[in-house]
Amino acid sequence: MIVRLQEKFPASVLEVATFREEVTVTVPKEDIFEICKFLCSDPDLRFEFLTDLCGVDFFPRTPRFEVVYLLYSMKNNQRLRLKTRVGENESVSSVESIWKAANWLEREAYDLFGISFANHPDLRRILLWDGYEGHPLRKDFPVEGPDFDKPFNPEA
Amino acid sequence: MGIETYAGKTPLMPYLDKIVNWGRKYSIWPVTFGLACCALEMMAAAASRWDISRFGSEVFRPSPRQSDLMIVAGTLTKKMAPMVKRIYDQMPEPKWVIAFGACACSGGIFKTYNVVQGVDQILPVDIYVPGCPPRPDALLAALVELQKKIDKESLLDRKDVRSSLDLEK
Repeated sequence: MIVRLQEKFPASVLEVATFREEVTVTVPKEDIFEICKFLCSDPDLRFEFLTDLCGVDFFPRTPRFEVVYLLYSMKNNQRLRLKTRVGENESVSSVESIWKAANWLEREAYDLFGISFANHPDLRRILLWDGYEGHPLRKDFPVEGPDFDKPFNPEA
Repeated sequence: MGIETYAGKTPLMPYLDKIVNWGRKYSIWPVTFGLACCALEMMAAAASRWDISRFGSEVFRPSPRQSDLMIVAGTLTKKMAPMVKRIYDQMPEPKWVIAFGACACSGGIFKTYNVVQGVDQILPVDIYVPGCPPRPDALLAALVELQKKIDKESLLDRKDVRSSLDLEK
């Protein structure tokens, strides 16, 4: 599987790690769309199922964020973890056109981390309400929120 | 409106209070409404083991327009707060609020950006029930306390009655 990926994208596979038979591949964010398309459509691999897509914040490090794609191939009963690094104020290409499931997962990553996804059809907040400021799962976001000690007024 | 229209004119006010309060305190209808795990204790209080109907409150109304009591059972998130406020505003007077559980009283363990730190920030709370979650007995105790509180009320003390009688001036 990884051999096939390396053959197809020789310059893109930055790092391959295997831990307890779980394969993790790190790729640059510019190629993420093409790689995902290949993994999904290749007749031998067929990673047709996007289990999860999530963001990770490694705050002091640059680039700051990581987007993790958990893929599953029903044909081969194989799983693959795809990682890509994203800096603040940078955007990743959306994979919504490959897996429809990515729509809400990318909205969640956008909502809580502020990672923006290019070509996403509907990039709005999904969990927090419209008009909320900040991205709470970032490491530099205070757990209590910025206006914790002020009384709360719902705009009903 | 209703019986309150004549309240200021009659010398029988104390007796009227007594009768009206007697009726009100034994038929406190709560609105069917639960936010989190505390709501399960509220449901248990409505089931046969604790049996809230012994206190006249078994009629959980699915519409706020028919309810007297809002039991805020559970964590109130800031996203949910406008809806809760709206349900409360839709309830007709007289109405009471029980903050049921640590989260509803003070935010509980959720000292976070998305949880209202006590429903008293948006609603006037009559009775606070601590516990995480409180047992159904605690809800019944709160209900009895609320009945005592209703018993001490006078029609003339209520804001809506005062405004309809022009007693505010």
